[in-house]
Amino acid sequence: MTDKIDAQTPKLTPKDFSSGADVRWCPGCGDYSILAQVQRTFAKIGYQKHEPIVISGIGCSSRFPYYMSTYGFHGIHGRAPALATGVKLALPDHPVWVVSGDGDLMSIGGNHFIHACRKNMDLKMLLFNNRIYGLTKGQYSPTSEKGKITKTSPYGSIDYPFNPISLALGSNSTFVARTIDHEPKHMQMVLEKAAEHVGTAFVEIFQNCVIFNHGAFNPLTDKETKEDHLLYLEDGQPMVFGKNKDKGIVLKGFEPVVVDLNDGSHSIDEVLVHHEKDESGILAFILAHMTDHPDLPTPIGVFRNVRKETYGEALYRQIDEVTEKKGKGTLETLLSEGNIWEVK
Amino acid sequence: MSEEVHEKKVESLSDVTVMFAGDSGDGMQLTGSQFSSTTALVGNDLNTFPDYPAEIRAPAGTIYGVSGFQLHFSSKDIHTPGDSPDVLVAMNPAALKKNLPNLKKHAMIIVNIDAFTPKGLKLAKYESNPLEDGSLEGFDVFPVHITKMTENALKDTGLSPKDIVRSKNFFALGLMYWLFNRPLEPTMDWVKQKFAKHPELIDANIKALKAGYHFGDTAEFFTTRYKISPAKLAPGKYRSISGNQATAMGFVAASQLSGLQLYLGSYPITPASEILQYLSAYRNYGVITFQAEDEIAGVVSTIGASFAGKLAITSTSGPGLALKTEAVGLAVMTELPMVVINVQRGGPSTGLPTKTEQADLLQAMYGRNGEAPVVVLAASTPSDCFTMAIESSRIALQHMTPVILLTDGYIANGTEPWRIPEIDELKKIEVSYASDPENFQPYARDEKLVRPWAPAGTPGFEHRIGGLEKENITGDVSYDPQNHDDMCRIREEKINLIADEIPELEVMGDKDADILVVGWGGTYGSITDAVTGLREKGHKVAQVHFKYINPMPKNTEEVLKSYKHILIPEINHGQLATLIKSKYLIPVIQFNLVRGLPFKSSEIEEKVLEILGGKND
Repeated sequence: MTDKIDAQTPKLTPKDFSSGADVRWCPGCGDYSILAQVQRTFAKIGYQKHEPIVISGIGCSSRFPYYMSTYGFHGIHGRAPALATGVKLALPDHPVWVVSGDGDLMSIGGNHFIHACRKNMDLKMLLFNNRIYGLTKGQYSPTSEKGKITKTSPYGSIDYPFNPISLALGSNSTFVARTIDHEPKHMQMVLEKAAEHVGTAFVEIFQNCVIFNHGAFNPLTDKETKEDHLLYLEDGQPMVFGKNKDKGIVLKGFEPVVVDLNDGSHSIDEVLVHHEKDESGILAFILAHMTDHPDLPTPIGVFRNVRKETYGEALYRQIDEVTEKKGKGTLETLLSEGNIWEVK
Repeated sequence: MSEEVHEKKVESLSDVTVMFAGDSGDGMQLTGSQFSSTTALVGNDLNTFPDYPAEIRAPAGTIYGVSGFQLHFSSKDIHTPGDSPDVLVAMNPAALKKNLPNLKKHAMIIVNIDAFTPKGLKLAKYESNPLEDGSLEGFDVFPVHITKMTENALKDTGLSPKDIVRSKNFFALGLMYWLFNRPLEPTMDWVKQKFAKHPELIDANIKALKAGYHFGDTAEFFTTRYKISPAKLAPGKYRSISGNQATAMGFVAASQLSGLQLYLGSYPITPASEILQYLSAYRNYGVITFQAEDEIAGVVSTIGASFAGKLAITSTSGPGLALKTEAVGLAVMTELPMVVINVQRGGPSTGLPTKTEQADLLQAMYGRNGEAPVVVLAASTPSDCFTMAIESSRIALQHMTPVILLTDGYIANGTEPWRIPEIDELKKIEVSYASDPENFQPYARDEKLVRPWAPAGTPGFEHRIGGLEKENITGDVSYDPQNHDDMCRIREEKINLIADEIPELEVMGDKDADILVVGWGGTYGSITDAVTGLREKGHKVAQVHFKYINPMPKNTEEVLKSYKHILIPEINHGQLATLIKSKYLIPVIQFNLVRGLPFKSSEIEEKVLEILGGKND
């Protein structure tokens, strides 16, 4: 196996990554955009078809592998990170991508998700977050806002939602990012950075469900409003936003607040600068809590991007070290272990 | 060890059962396993049965905190840990009380008299001191100051009084070594290795061991020591092995024989955790062990590793198998090779975690949604786990199917001498792969209905699989009614065809007997000893033992229909009996005891005699 492209192999196009199977998402579903950006990204990186392996669980998003021309596995509900773990440990040189939804990854698969992050399993995990159960036709999900009226919450949901970015950071994911189905260029940038990252890469993608939760992200996607509601995170850059880039984020104690850069009260030098490689993760946590805040913009981009030894790297390092020390095991050595005596 | 026997008599015995019993913190499992190792090294046949509470340190001195290690050793061929002990070493009153009802008549009882204090007696709920009130009449009782003599022997070691007392199990072990003429060196070597970083403990434990040995030599009330000649085992190299050890080694061997890297995805659960522990030490064999966040991740990651071309296995016990149910169905649907080892324990629910049972057979057979047939195998003895681990790997890899391998707490923890096979006795496991990328169809089939394996990552065979129903041949998602019916039948038939490649049932004992005793899995030893005993007494009895349960051997019906009476002893409420009755429509007599314990062979003997002497005869 190899993940290097040799000179003869032609570079594939986005179309080469389509399996040709009929895509059966609802017309207008945000998943189409994600599929297109993933195929573009795979082509741009220069993957060959046999290299990336795409794993999913159950839900609308989880049909994804069927539409890709790569190896793919449509697993069972919530278990995609566990399935992907087995694949990744077996094939350490292959990029393994997990495609999942908010029900799949945040509810039934929550345990697998946090432990994959904790172990720094080298998986690219894409969360298609539409804040609703789509495939089962419209029940509230663990990312639905409190008070949401759905088929199983006719008087309003009484659950508090997860903030997936906070959960990933709390589980020590080494790469945490967010993007939106309506922002194809931004999504490609984020997916490329996730692909480059060695270790767990978690990407939350706000995705519109046209049937059961249409418009859930409207303020972030409408041309009129999005500039005032989105904060594009850029490493090393001050956090400014707004149509005229005239609003900035400053810290008051531990609280981020919005300041006006036009009225002379604050200068650009006071504005918080993003450091995605900040080891402590404190800044990323502060940014994560800006989600759905009435007075603050919602950040998209890379929250955290740090390099640590992955589970797979440690495993194979240990295999090498122990083999070096004890010698390579064979059937002969196996059968000569223990206290042996001979009967003549 | 010098053979100083002074004036003490040496008596030859052919067969002895010893029970070491004490508090769960007294080190009885260690004492028993050391005695076993040494006994194996001197060439006796042996069989052991560790029996311990689920609590790690139950309140000291109580009955439910008693930990026991039963060991049967002999100059003959034996198959069980012995029905009743000839010798009991009781470290406290509770250990005596718990084990007394099971002792042989006139058994020897060595008690640690220092523990028979008013408090100790009260904790064991003794009204009066059994050493004084005559209740032990008929037994050969030896009260020994095990604690005090250990304290005396170690008083100059500088260890704390608490640490000194902890060495008392080595005193008891030394005394037993003297009594049964065993060398001290193997245990001394073990102590030196085990406590290499604590020289003071090496010194203390060896001192205690020797003190016990010398006490036997000098104490006047021990007038006799015993000699058990080596058993006549088949020539070859031997080691002592437990079922869990043999299981772990068997899969490493299967990895070597197939040339595939071994992947174990598992979650710790009693009594299966040892398999994960043993395999995690085999890194230099390339073994990947993944201690997952839960049982489900254990099995699902295993399916992932199988998709990627590894020899992929997962280990668990009953409640864990229940959690893995949905994933086993996924492996059935995706037709990927995988072995699930279930070390059965007492159920239902958490049940009796440290005790044995055979009540997961129907769970293994049918415990999934939909028509989801899998191969079910069962190991019959501790060392047979090695063979069946290789067999389950071979069948999984060559037939692209999940296999459930059933062992149980009894054979998993029990030990016996194992004749180590020669390398050339182990057959290579041939694995075939999809070879023609142009015409590759993921669900095409060969004459055995096996689909081609194209491990993920192989250039040219990119394909998608999953839990949705597959169209025959192409593997595309299909909701077609006729296709689903066809696929259900194909999956069933694929398993049935494996019967062509497994050994037929072999009848042991009298072919012309009136009664056939039918067993499966871990009851092999008890049934074999019972049948042997009955035949020695002149009764005509035959025996067959199932190791392949789904599919069953091809001659099953013919064999079962050749006997007037079929007796099926099982540690469940008749699960093999249910399978046999429904499949072959023949009447069977069930014998079911679900106590968390293996059968005594005498219980099976009595049942057979009852049938033979009854009016049905």
